[in-house]
Amino acid sequence: MGLTGFFLITFLIVHCFINSMIFFNDGGETFNHWGHFMGSNLIVRTMELGLFAFLILHIVQGLILWAQNKAARPVRYAMNKAEKNSKWYSRSMGLLGTLILLFLILHLYHFWVPSRFGGMANVQVLETTTLGGYSNQEAHNLYLAMQQVFQNNLLVVIVYVLGVFSLFWHLLHGFQSAFQTFGINHKRYTPIIKGIGVIYTTVICLLFVLMPVSIYMNWIN
Amino acid sequence: MEHYHMNLTLKVWRQKNTKSKGNFDTYKVKDISSEMSFLEMFDVLNEQLIKEGKLPIAFDHDCREGICGMCSMFINGQPHGPWQQNTTCQLHMRAFKDGDTIVVEPWRSQAFPVVRDLMVDRSAFDRVIQAGGYISVNTGNAVDANAIPIDKKKADEAFMAAACIGCGACVAACPNGSAMLFVGAKISQLSLLPQGDPERESRALNMITQMDKEGFGNCTNVYACEAECPKGISVANIARMNKEYLHAGLGTEEN
Amino acid sequence: MVLDAKVPHGEMKDKWEDYKGHVKLVNPANKRKLEVIVVGTGLAGASAAASLGEMGYKVKAFCFQDSPRRAHSIAAQGGINAAKNYQNDGDSVFRLFYDTVKGGDYRSREGNVHRLAEVSTSIIDQCVAQGVPFAREYGGLLSNRSFGGTQVQRTFYAAGQTGQQLLLGAYSALERQVALGNVKMHARHEMLDVVMIDGNARGIIARDLVSGNLERHFGHAVLLCSGGYGNVFYLSTNAMGSNVTAAWKAHKRGAYFGNPCFTQIHPTCIPVSGDHQSKLTLMSESLRNDGRIWVPKQKGDTRIASDIPEEERDYYLERRYPAFGNLVPRDVASRAAKERCDEGFGVGTTKMAVYLDFKDAIIRYGKIEAGKTGNEAAEDKNIWELGQKVVEEKYGNLFKMYEKITGEDPYKLPMRIYPAVHYTMGGLWVNYELQTTIPGLYALGEANFSDHGANRLGASALMQGLADGYFVIPYTLGNYLADEIRTNAIPTDHPAFAETEKAVSERINTLININGKQTVESFHKRLGKIMWDKCGMARNEAGLQSAIEEIRKLKKEFWSDVKIPGEVNEYNSELDKAGRVADFIELGELMCLDALDRNESCGGHFREESQTEDGEARRDDENYSYVAAWELKPDGNWDLHKEELSFEIVKPTQRSYK
Repeated sequence: MGLTGFFLITFLIVHCFINSMIFFNDGGETFNHWGHFMGSNLIVRTMELGLFAFLILHIVQGLILWAQNKAARPVRYAMNKAEKNSKWYSRSMGLLGTLILLFLILHLYHFWVPSRFGGMANVQVLETTTLGGYSNQEAHNLYLAMQQVFQNNLLVVIVYVLGVFSLFWHLLHGFQSAFQTFGINHKRYTPIIKGIGVIYTTVICLLFVLMPVSIYMNWIN
Repeated sequence: MEHYHMNLTLKVWRQKNTKSKGNFDTYKVKDISSEMSFLEMFDVLNEQLIKEGKLPIAFDHDCREGICGMCSMFINGQPHGPWQQNTTCQLHMRAFKDGDTIVVEPWRSQAFPVVRDLMVDRSAFDRVIQAGGYISVNTGNAVDANAIPIDKKKADEAFMAAACIGCGACVAACPNGSAMLFVGAKISQLSLLPQGDPERESRALNMITQMDKEGFGNCTNVYACEAECPKGISVANIARMNKEYLHAGLGTEEN
Repeated sequence: MVLDAKVPHGEMKDKWEDYKGHVKLVNPANKRKLEVIVVGTGLAGASAAASLGEMGYKVKAFCFQDSPRRAHSIAAQGGINAAKNYQNDGDSVFRLFYDTVKGGDYRSREGNVHRLAEVSTSIIDQCVAQGVPFAREYGGLLSNRSFGGTQVQRTFYAAGQTGQQLLLGAYSALERQVALGNVKMHARHEMLDVVMIDGNARGIIARDLVSGNLERHFGHAVLLCSGGYGNVFYLSTNAMGSNVTAAWKAHKRGAYFGNPCFTQIHPTCIPVSGDHQSKLTLMSESLRNDGRIWVPKQKGDTRIASDIPEEERDYYLERRYPAFGNLVPRDVASRAAKERCDEGFGVGTTKMAVYLDFKDAIIRYGKIEAGKTGNEAAEDKNIWELGQKVVEEKYGNLFKMYEKITGEDPYKLPMRIYPAVHYTMGGLWVNYELQTTIPGLYALGEANFSDHGANRLGASALMQGLADGYFVIPYTLGNYLADEIRTNAIPTDHPAFAETEKAVSERINTLININGKQTVESFHKRLGKIMWDKCGMARNEAGLQSAIEEIRKLKKEFWSDVKIPGEVNEYNSELDKAGRVADFIELGELMCLDALDRNESCGGHFREESQTEDGEARRDDENYSYVAAWELKPDGNWDLHKEELSFEIVKPTQRSYK
């Protein structure tokens, strides 16, 4: 879990960083520029395959853990005050992960599927956009896609906010947990790692939440 | 300290043997002194049961001073009850008040089958130690005790890991029924000492293999074990075990 | 039968070396054919089983707990002595030997004690090699402290958990042999009889405590490492399960019982809080290094301790024993506390306690700390805080334990303490080879009587247990087994096994079929009260005689009115306990008999008839310089055999701590 977790944590940094380009509020120009780079660069595309592999591995590992851990306690306690000894989100990684996965399916359906495969049934065809530096190139207007998904769709925005909310708690545990799994627990450094974990989680999730919210609220247009 | 007496309702798990199906029975005890230990309260209950011609409740206990690790009750949803860094035998009745209902269950773990009532079989721990929780030095093989100086900090840390009493509260508390704190503490202790160095790789691999074989769950770093450990064994020991395991797993030339 | 201690001839310092040089050996091929039974897995049992397994014998080990790691050796706090002289303060094998003989009030066998002092150093080496994390100095070398008023620092320790660390070391060595297949471990098993064939111990009958089934086990030799019998007093610092049954069954089969009345009462335990009390908890003796013991000068003073002004406090140990003060040996400190409480000066709700006060130590350490930072004019509050920190570092875990049990904060109010039964110096009589009077039956550790005389010094129990198991029995057992190589393993359908099992089974059935009205626990409590009142810290002829009468009555009542619920063939803790209490009752009688016979005061045994004018113990070397070895006769009475003690090196003198 730790290794795949680390990879996904790194991915989130890149994902969040590039998506934050929408906050330039330049009609999506910077964002689309980077989006195009990510969609067309061979190395990035190869890494995307890796990402999916790791994601699936992360899920499969999670399922195996869940099954093994459930088998480790066939008879449950009649009374269990787990809140006295641990954090609810640490105990709920499976549940949080499942919520994130559900959200992810919707998320991929919204953005990744159309950008990779173009128009599919029930998927809007994306308009192409002309990029500043590469006037002759055409690319999917991902910025527009975001606008279309979020602009007038309160339900979708709420689902996204909830998805990021799950991600927040998942990361709050997962970040420091990954270090522990790799045997890094140090009197001096572990408090720092934990601090970085909290900052990382907060910043990433705040930015992600702001994206659909800002578009819905018309803070960017 | 103000002393007082109380009447209590106890819901206790009763199970005749490993194979039978258990259930909760409810008992009333009267006039329990706040100065009694939790097990002394159980003594009172058992005397009462015997006089009524019923079978006393079976529970493991021995030293009653918090060091042998034999007592093992899950009290009101927590291993060893509500006090921190404490064993059941050292839990005192002033932790409760008149009219309380107390639910008492055995440790619940696939690897710790119930023997009877509140007693469980923790021999899985012995087998994990058999897999490598030792330094192979026959009697008479030792060099002078001061021949190898050991950094005081490391020696102290090894001691803190070695303070584990093997009660199994970590397994009982862990939502996954994992034994990583117990195993980590032993691997950690021996890996911190120069004497433990020659066998460190095989030790980590073998003990962890045995731990998995016993049916303990996996660690997901919830840290309930550390919070409930009567001796306050740190999860840093689990990290150290993970490191030992990674190192041994990647470094070994065997299959 | 004439008792032959078999102590080798020659100079004291050469005896053990000579013995080792001439003892018979068993060749490796033969060792594989020889089976050894070890009963009990504390320090002595675990170390013996592990060592014998390593040597190649086929070992079967038994313990009544769920794992060998639970044995009560684990509860020893203070430390383990060894004549390493790492501190360069003049220690030596001779001094440890001398201190132990003197501390035992000249009632131990010199040859055994010297051997103990000799092997003490190897124990520390062995334990460190096993990964026992002893306390260390910043330079990385082992730390020592002084313990129990000795003049040298020879005690090795691991915080207040030395017994735990040593036991886990021996346990790991044992588990290693289990993994290698050299030792077969039987946990949750209790030995209920010794099987005798042609006068030799050839096996045991054990009961599987979970299924209730009786099992027969053959062994070419049987080692009893089953600990002491302090629980005869009901309340003691022993574990709830600690019992005399294994040793007592051996006694009934012919093994003599040595010095049964020698009991150690430890002065610093947490007092009894009420009738519900099931056991007593020791507070390490090291507390007396800094704590001052006192009671109010006024009888029946009900003020809380902090309200009693300095001039109204009686620091009675410092008053009576100015030279040693609060650091007098255990027996002296215990009796002095009892004397004050009996006179009506006791404190606490039960009035059976004295104060152990750290106020002065906290202030003293606080001033030292303040002085270190040059803050000579520190305020009282700061000094207190600084001092409290030092005391916390030294005794923090003990203070915490006290607070858990009593609910009182010992930093604010002085601790209340009272003496409690802690250790039994008596046990099965053994010769130099640790063999009892039954060939092939050995007793190790607290189960034997051998090394501590009438009083054990602090930090010496761990030393003796490990000495016996690691470094003595591996040699001496070979001397017996070398002649056994032609004895084939005896099948357990041999008539002797069948008969012994039948006897055990009949006794169990008799017990469970009494179906009386009183619980086992109630009998145990009554026995404990008789023993504590009449065979406890102070004993006299009239009391002991009446105790014997009362115990005999109690025995009759027990065998006609005890109530044991449940079945024989299932887990039945009441049945287990009943068997143990039945043995304790018989032992109690013998202890009183022994105490009655020994009309002198020595060590932990204080006969009121034998004291000096100012109430100190008076030994009588003229008449009582012997080990009392009691033989049980078929009619239920005992014969006394005396092993006369001769002191070649340490000349007996009257102990004085004035």
